[in-house]
Amino acid sequence: MSPSSKKQEELSYEAAFAELESIVAALEGESRALDESIKLYERGQALAAQCAAMLEKAELKVQQLSGDTLTNFEGQA
Amino acid sequence: MSQIPLFDNPRLTVTEFTRRVRRLLEGDQALADVWVQGEISNFTRATSGHLYFTLKDPGASLRSVMWKGDALRVRGMPLQDGLSVEAHGKISVYEPTGQYQLIVDILRPAGEGALYAEFMRLKALLEAEGLFAPGRKRHIPELPRKIGIVTSATGAALRDMLNVLRRRLPLAEVVLVASPVQGAEAPPALVLALQKLDSIIKPDVILLGRGGGSIEDLWAFNDERVVRAVAGSTTPIISGVGHETDFTLVDFASDLRAPTPTAAAELATAITVLDLAGALQADRERLDDVLQRKIENQRSELDSLITVLRFYSPRRKLQNESQLLDDLVRRSTLALRQRFSLENVHLAGATHRLKSLSPLSVLSRGYAVVTGAQDGRIVQDSSQAASGSELHVRLARGSLNVKVQESFPQES
Repeated sequence: MSPSSKKQEELSYEAAFAELESIVAALEGESRALDESIKLYERGQALAAQCAAMLEKAELKVQQLSGDTLTNFEGQA
Repeated sequence: MSQIPLFDNPRLTVTEFTRRVRRLLEGDQALADVWVQGEISNFTRATSGHLYFTLKDPGASLRSVMWKGDALRVRGMPLQDGLSVEAHGKISVYEPTGQYQLIVDILRPAGEGALYAEFMRLKALLEAEGLFAPGRKRHIPELPRKIGIVTSATGAALRDMLNVLRRRLPLAEVVLVASPVQGAEAPPALVLALQKLDSIIKPDVILLGRGGGSIEDLWAFNDERVVRAVAGSTTPIISGVGHETDFTLVDFASDLRAPTPTAAAELATAITVLDLAGALQADRERLDDVLQRKIENQRSELDSLITVLRFYSPRRKLQNESQLLDDLVRRSTLALRQRFSLENVHLAGATHRLKSLSPLSVLSRGYAVVTGAQDGRIVQDSSQAASGSELHVRLARGSLNVKVQESFPQES
């Protein structure tokens, strides 16, 4: 796994979506070289796919704080 | 003491008497709108839906009835003999039995009136302090990443809230700080739970809730300590306590009041996973569109450039140049050829002249070439050959070695 894709994995949904938004805005706004546009587009595609996967796989994480320790809460399904 | 006349005619019938008593009693304003406290006994729920019971205390009993329409409002109450209650109603007389009775329209557990008074007192106090002021309300985030929950770990409220969050925003993280939500230990535990979430976890929003119950059950949410903790939180708090109709002081102090725990979880997730998916899809389409457009623009720009290039194409010039080159090559080849044949003619003439100049052809006419035998130099002067020196004489055919007998200088 390349460093840049690892970095992508760690992005939160909000961060990935915000970057996607800024890429779309950048592509729509400024005129730039085609190869640069394609690079941005590819990055945007990767972010979009990543966001979609995150939405698809999202599962509510529930933890319980008792005392000063956080534990996974499995009290109720 | 006066004698009672035995033979007077009766002045009132029983009915008339009873009516008079009834008018008397029902005309008393103090008995027409009254709260009475006592203990329920002889409780009966008639098939008609009316409730019949006796209110009593150690000194007296009061027959009471609650009509079906009013009885509907106390369906949740555990009405039974021995229960201490406060009943509101008016006095009435039931003529067939001559019984006076209390027609009850409001029935509540004893002590609730005191609680209500306390509620109003505290509400006024905290309101005067500005704890409920709209200006204090913190903004509720539309898309929280981390959601704190303070409620009982085993209650239906928690299950309801988690179900809503799972359905609406499974991307979120939930941190539960469990606390008892009723009883004497509830208020300090609720305060501690809120403070721990606020200071350690720092979620984007806190849901504070519990399911429905009696006013005593919900009383912890009217506790001054809890109300102050809610007002003092730096994290925005959504309260969802009891049912639609229940209002607690926490509801006034919180940043947003939800009618139920379920509604609190819904209000905390204004943006749902469906909204996110929609926005994502829209962005993907924009992304594709913008690149498509860019490529089309580039293509048409390229096309027009190619057209311009064709217009200014050097091809024709190139063809001309190439023709010119061919011409030059042809002409130079021709020139070279002419030059060569000219040179050939010159060469032939020169060869001929060279031949005519060859000394060998002179020899054939009887001349000889004399050279020094030692140095090979052509001898043209008698001084070059002293007497006794040897010479070499080349003839037209063959040669001679001769010795000079005498040398004569050139005659002047």
